[in-house]
Amino acid sequence: MQLQNKRPESLLDVKMHYCPGCGHGTVHRLIAEAMDELGIRTRTIGVGPVGCTVFADAYFNCDMIQGAHGRGPAEATGIKRVKPETIVFSYQGDGDLASIGMAEIVHTAIRSENITVIFVNNAIYGMTGGQMAPTTLIGQRATTCPDGRTAKQAGYPIKMCELLATIDGATYLERTTVHNVPGVVKTKTAIRKAFQNQIDGKGFSMVEILSMCPTNWGTRLDNPSEAVKFVAEGMLPVFPLGVYKDAGAAKGGL
Amino acid sequence: MAEKKLMKGNEALAEGAVRAGCRFFAGYPITPQNEIPEYMSWRQPQVGGAFVQAESEVSAINMVYGAAATGTRCMTSSSSPGMSLKQEGISYCAGADLPIFIGNIMRGGPGLGNIAGSQGDYWQATRGGGHGDYRTFVMAPASVTEMGNFPHKCYEVAFKYRIPSMILADGIIGQMMEPVEFTTPEIDPAALPVPEWAIGVNKNRAKRVVKSYDLREGCLEVLVNERAKRYRQIEASEVLYEEKMLDDAEIAIVAYGISARVSVAAMKLAREKGLKAGLFRPITLWPFPKARLAELSNRIKKFLVVEVSLGQLVEDVQLSSCGRADVHLYARPGGAIMTADEVCRAVENIVKKGAKEYATAK
Repeated sequence: MQLQNKRPESLLDVKMHYCPGCGHGTVHRLIAEAMDELGIRTRTIGVGPVGCTVFADAYFNCDMIQGAHGRGPAEATGIKRVKPETIVFSYQGDGDLASIGMAEIVHTAIRSENITVIFVNNAIYGMTGGQMAPTTLIGQRATTCPDGRTAKQAGYPIKMCELLATIDGATYLERTTVHNVPGVVKTKTAIRKAFQNQIDGKGFSMVEILSMCPTNWGTRLDNPSEAVKFVAEGMLPVFPLGVYKDAGAAKGGL
Repeated sequence: MAEKKLMKGNEALAEGAVRAGCRFFAGYPITPQNEIPEYMSWRQPQVGGAFVQAESEVSAINMVYGAAATGTRCMTSSSSPGMSLKQEGISYCAGADLPIFIGNIMRGGPGLGNIAGSQGDYWQATRGGGHGDYRTFVMAPASVTEMGNFPHKCYEVAFKYRIPSMILADGIIGQMMEPVEFTTPEIDPAALPVPEWAIGVNKNRAKRVVKSYDLREGCLEVLVNERAKRYRQIEASEVLYEEKMLDDAEIAIVAYGISARVSVAAMKLAREKGLKAGLFRPITLWPFPKARLAELSNRIKKFLVVEVSLGQLVEDVQLSSCGRADVHLYARPGGAIMTADEVCRAVENIVKKGAKEYATAK
């Protein structure tokens, strides 16, 4: 017997704290595989967010900085401007990136900072216990909208890829999913491309990844298979998958 | 002797930071500190550094957080309302043990206040400002030359003890022009050793993590206590102050920055009137020169604190003198400045008329 699929060198062999059925572990592995394949592990710096991925600095086998809530793109900017030889990625959730960090992500895209952003959208605040997120669907229950989100009271879910696609500085924007195998495969390709763009000096790249949160999606969705169904039937119609911008070819390298 | 150049206080601060090895600046426009980002926007590229005009003060301080984590000497600057916004990031830098350098060119407050000089951020600067138990090394220049030379000390202390450092000046010191003499040595940051905690290219070494959290039970306390030890070392070793005519003084004026300049003139006026007035000027606001003030309060029984804020510095003087001397206050709120005549009258009231209460602002 031979182990066919080894743990990527960029992912440390430590116990992760993520809940069963959560997508973060899958996304971590895909990032690590991309780092291995591109041979960038020893010059990569990851910026961890506030939220469920706050402990990411313990999982990736590269230098890490744990940022302030929503400020990851600003911290990544500071790092990349003084150490352009490094590969910098910011890993963020929906509350972090699309709510408290909206200004940072938008202006980092405007400046076309040569960084890679991995945006995991699970439509909920996970770490704090299931509050309404900026991406929570209309009708979706959360602890701060117990009867379901209404547009009248809380507005509409924000679509980040669509929003950032209006910005000239954004080089590459793609929305993928990790709720099924084809989605995982596509996500890997997208993450790799987002890193490759940075290696080539092409500017701001972001991959938005739809993901599951069985723990905080409410009692009816508290098992992983139901959560997978919620991504497919609830999230996909609101957050269509696809490439929203790919200006890499036009931009050329640095 | 070094060449003298006519510069604005804000420009001298920016040039002083560059000469002290600053190679990254991020900031956001706010009056009266705009000359600092303006100067850095051309000066940083000239020395191979980077300049970013951020979308907000919040973002600027976090860019500095990222850049500082690589061991780069970096800086942000702002004025009072913008400094309030930066407090989150300063707390993170303190919690992650990162050496950063901040310039606060204070203006009238609270709220939007006005754009004239003020010393209203004394508490914010010396008490931490952001959340959690932490300290910032704070220096208060009283001249344009000091604006140019103090960044050197700020970086030295920040890197030695791994804490945030700050120049606390005001709109007047920032805006006025004076001949500047740069007396501190010029630092080539490329020649400095890369700190053993800095993140970057990680070939041939273990991974490094810069973070400000530790959720494991009891572990955060260990970190905070270790940091507090460094704070005590700073209090023991890095205190700076200036004394004028205190040997025979009956009354010591205590003031920093712009109010110290006014107080020097007031002290001279008082001396002309035969009043034995001297001046004690804290140069480091944290660590505060409390031991020296305690010593002086054994001999000098009258202190007059002069500040462009409504009684912030006075509390440190009271704590330091610990009831051994009468501590009076002459205060003007931010956005206005006292004259030497006003301060001299306050001295007269205390010494000649034996005023017991705080001298009041007009």
